[in-house]
Amino acid sequence: MNGIPMELGLLLSAVLFVLGLIGVMVRRNLIMILMSLEVMLNATGLAFIVAGSRWGQADGQIMFLLILTLAAAEVGVGLGLALQIFHRFHTLDADSVNEMHG
Amino acid sequence: MIELLGWVPLLPFLGFLILVLAGDWLSKPLTPWIGAGSVGVSALLTALIGAEFLNGAMPPYRLVLGSWMTVDNLSVPFGFYLDALSMTMLFVVTGVGFLIHVYSAEFMESDPGYARFFAYMNLFVSAMLVLVLADNLVLLYLGWEGVGLGSYLLIGFWYEDPNNGYAARKAFVMTRVGDTSMAIGLFLLFTQLHTLDIQSVTIQAASQWTPGTVLPVAAAALLLGGAVGKSAQLPLQSWLPDAMAGPTPVSALIHAATMVTAGVYLIARTHALFMLAPSVQFIVAVVGAVTLLMAGCSALAQTDIKRILAYSTISQIGYMFLALGVGAWSAAIFHLLTHAFFKALLFLAAGVVILCFHHEHNIFKMGGLRKSMPVAFWSFMIGSAALAGLPFTSGYYSKHEILLAAFQSSPVLWTAGCLGALITGLYSFRLVFVAFFGSQHSVIEKSPGWRMSAPLLLLCILALLGGMLRIPLASVFPVLTAEENLHDFNAVSAITVAAPFIGVLVAGLFYLTGTFSPQRLESLVWIKQLQRFFFSGWGMDAFYNMLLVQPFKTIARLNKNDIVDSIYSGVAFLSLTFHRLFSSLQTGRVRWYASSMVFGAVVIIAIGWLS
Amino acid sequence: MMLILFYIASAVAVFATLMMITRLNAVHGLLYLILSLLAVGVLFFLLGAHFAAVLEVIIYAGAIMVLFVFVIMMLNQGQKTVDQERSWLQPATWIGPSLLALILFAELLIVIVLGGSAETGQLVDSKHVAIALYGPYLLAVELASMLLLAGLVGAYHLGKPMIKKTWGKKS
Repeated sequence: MNGIPMELGLLLSAVLFVLGLIGVMVRRNLIMILMSLEVMLNATGLAFIVAGSRWGQADGQIMFLLILTLAAAEVGVGLGLALQIFHRFHTLDADSVNEMHG
Repeated sequence: MIELLGWVPLLPFLGFLILVLAGDWLSKPLTPWIGAGSVGVSALLTALIGAEFLNGAMPPYRLVLGSWMTVDNLSVPFGFYLDALSMTMLFVVTGVGFLIHVYSAEFMESDPGYARFFAYMNLFVSAMLVLVLADNLVLLYLGWEGVGLGSYLLIGFWYEDPNNGYAARKAFVMTRVGDTSMAIGLFLLFTQLHTLDIQSVTIQAASQWTPGTVLPVAAAALLLGGAVGKSAQLPLQSWLPDAMAGPTPVSALIHAATMVTAGVYLIARTHALFMLAPSVQFIVAVVGAVTLLMAGCSALAQTDIKRILAYSTISQIGYMFLALGVGAWSAAIFHLLTHAFFKALLFLAAGVVILCFHHEHNIFKMGGLRKSMPVAFWSFMIGSAALAGLPFTSGYYSKHEILLAAFQSSPVLWTAGCLGALITGLYSFRLVFVAFFGSQHSVIEKSPGWRMSAPLLLLCILALLGGMLRIPLASVFPVLTAEENLHDFNAVSAITVAAPFIGVLVAGLFYLTGTFSPQRLESLVWIKQLQRFFFSGWGMDAFYNMLLVQPFKTIARLNKNDIVDSIYSGVAFLSLTFHRLFSSLQTGRVRWYASSMVFGAVVIIAIGWLS
Repeated sequence: MMLILFYIASAVAVFATLMMITRLNAVHGLLYLILSLLAVGVLFFLLGAHFAAVLEVIIYAGAIMVLFVFVIMMLNQGQKTVDQERSWLQPATWIGPSLLALILFAELLIVIVLGGSAETGQLVDSKHVAIALYGPYLLAVELASMLLLAGLVGAYHLGKPMIKKTWGKKS
């Protein structure tokens, strides 16, 4: 055993997740929001890897793989949307695109 | 011929269907041919059947057309029953009805609702025929409600004026009170006797119930409730004067000749029940006596020509009730017959006056119409004479019979009847003297055509000579026991004959010769107040308004926002509030949504951790 | 040794992420993000997930980030955007969400600490991962490929209307 405690790995994962969360909630630039989302996804992946490493199972890595796929698809669509929004509104401000409100 | 009995009510109904379904496509000249024609053929059939029926040995004839409903031990057929009583009613309904239809063909000619009018009239006649022919009480009730519907439709015929709609609703609701009582009576009869066939009810009631016990009294009282409502007797009489809002032929047909006499017919038809309940029968007589006096007094104070006639109708039906109450069944039906003739005559003549005189209803604005309208004048003379019961008119015979029978039963009732006869003479000739004598105030617009004059002439003859008709009702009703003693009351007889003459004389002194001035009389305060009291129909409307309408309105006002409904509107309000709340959360800002999700996550983890 | 490497890599990852979310210029933020991803890749390696570490570097830090680079270049974010970002990042706007996120972190912390401690570092080589992937997880792999296809089609369609517009003008 290499001596890395599991709770430290999970703690790091939580820190990264919360940082990404703050990014999503605070930033108004769509690109930055997407990037913060990547951080959050990555943090989740880290938690899976830590757990997989704790139990010596392949499932953790497979979950990470799936998250990776999800992230790739999400970035593709999200950036497409960002381009589209910029094209229509000439801004990347997420708050100014609030036409659909109740 | 008698096998064709079913066609008598069916033909007017077919006329109604044609006029209702195709009324707008029919050409205007064709409409009265269908409307009056269907009733005319009915009348012809009735005459033929009547000839055959009256010539034969007259066993009651029963015709079953089919089954209406059969549930468990209740079986209601479409069955007609013809005896002397229903034969008489058939003559009245189809004969007088036909004349009134012919009259309407001209009277309503310029009305846009020409076809609608005839459709309603046909529906009414058909329902009335079902009523008088029915062999069971349920079918009778169908006709009973059918004439109520026809009456409602025809009173509110000129529906553009809200007052007419109000009058129609008033008539409908007030008669419904009586109808409910009658329906309960039918339930009682069925639960006790297990049949609703009129003849079996009569037989079984006589065999199962002892006279004067609770059951026959209750059944008779409930039926009396229905009769009182339909025939505009105390205490449900106040709808009839307002029902004059309808066209005049309607008033003649429904509110004088036929429908209002349905109550009389009902009591006569179920007389066996009333004979088992002497107390109720006595109430019938009292109701009749009081009503005839009240309505007579009210008629004295009216100025509207149709309202005078309406109150006189109530009063005359009061006579019929009096006759029923003292057991003079055939006298009541005889008076019904003659009353149908002369009251239809009076109403139709009033229609002529109204139509030719700028639609004016106030008799004091007429005056001196004697020369310009001879037909109407002579119709009114004859009609009023018959109404007052002057000798040798039809009304004389019937009313005389009633009063003599009343004397045998109770001198008090007889006194009331004689007083009523005096008042009748007074108000009927007040109307004639005011409207037709004196100086003419304005010129008339036009003269009636043959279609209006001919029915008037025919009805004049009937009103004069109708007393000669002798319907052999003895086969239906028990004969008065003391019939042979009738002629001993010479003094009574003389007073009975004299009473209307006194009334006519007083009316002449006041309104014809001017010996007494009505104005001087009115200057007395108590007379003026009495007049106002009579004018309002003894304040019955105000009384009902105070007793029923106002409390109901108060409750309605208190419960304006329906207490029960508030639960459901509360639910609606709650969901609306939540809708507003949630919809205000939908800001369209992605960051706001993300923050909300984080908040939710915080709360959920906290809950999971705390529990 | 491993623990020291872990601490260093963790520090780099947290620092880079912190810098990333506070950068005004998107390109700077992106560079810090790549640094963060690489640090996490090192952590994966330390945790014995070699295959995941390789994928993290190649796909995350490589392929996906390249997309971001393209988009940022296309949108041509200049000095004007930086000024705008500065005006957006007032304390009033970030204190509230940050506090909320910190509360969430505190909760996570409590959950993790209460969970007790355990050792990690069991090596899981790519062979095992591959066997699991094409064994019990076959359906998930198929679904993931579907998702990628959908993402591809979606991205293509979202980019399309810009072409359409020039079409409309010409015809």
